[in-house]
Amino acid sequence: MSRDTDAVFKALADPSRRKLLDLLNAHDGQTLSQLCDHHDMTRQAVTQHLGVLESAGLVVTQWRGREKLHFLNPVPLQEIYDRWIRKFERSRLKAMHDLKRRLEGTHDG
Amino acid sequence: MGKSSFVYVIYIASTPEMVWKALLDGEFTRQYWGHDNVSDWRPGSTWEHRRSDETRALRLVGEVLESQPPHRLVITWADPKDTANRDRHSRVAFDIERVGNGVRLTVTHDDLETGSGMERGIREGWPRVLSSLKSLLETGNPLDTWAK
Repeated sequence: MSRDTDAVFKALADPSRRKLLDLLNAHDGQTLSQLCDHHDMTRQAVTQHLGVLESAGLVVTQWRGREKLHFLNPVPLQEIYDRWIRKFERSRLKAMHDLKRRLEGTHDG
Repeated sequence: MGKSSFVYVIYIASTPEMVWKALLDGEFTRQYWGHDNVSDWRPGSTWEHRRSDETRALRLVGEVLESQPPHRLVITWADPKDTANRDRHSRVAFDIERVGNGVRLTVTHDDLETGSGMERGIREGWPRVLSSLKSLLETGNPLDTWAK
């Protein structure tokens, strides 16, 4: 699991790869050629970036007829969110909830 | 209106049999999904997705297209109000493969109306459901995503 998480963070640590994820998020299930149309990179560079994203589990490919389509797989991001982010968010939400209760309590009283 | 497809993949330290059961058996689904999936899971049968609480509210309906336990299940997926409107039914395939000591679960959701509320709902929903399923099978505890 920690090795997978490292791969996800490494994959995200590059603006070109983040842009590819954004392109798939806007329109999922694209061919390599479609992705290259939106990118000022060589086809080889896009292929390499997609390879890194695929190894990290952030991109999944499926053949549909004669086309190989790339899909954004947000599940590893969800796992990072559940493991790392929600924990911190929860304490912030609790603080806001406590504040709201205190303010409302004052108002009522 | 155009149709969209989405693919979700998750690796779970479990067996295909457990993952199959966890997708269909209310004992499991109500813990990590907050819903029961009700059907006899035979091809041609209908299935229902109902709230696990006392309301038993009907949230989704569909038909079982393919069922090969514990490796592949294909169902249609629709809002109950669209039961009769086949054009608005989408399609979900669950593929469960053994990989190393674990399982690779692929959820392929096809034929979603682009820009529809259903599309928005499943894009938000599947990652949370799958992450919670994994947590339940690997640690015994689901995520509290659905508890609120």
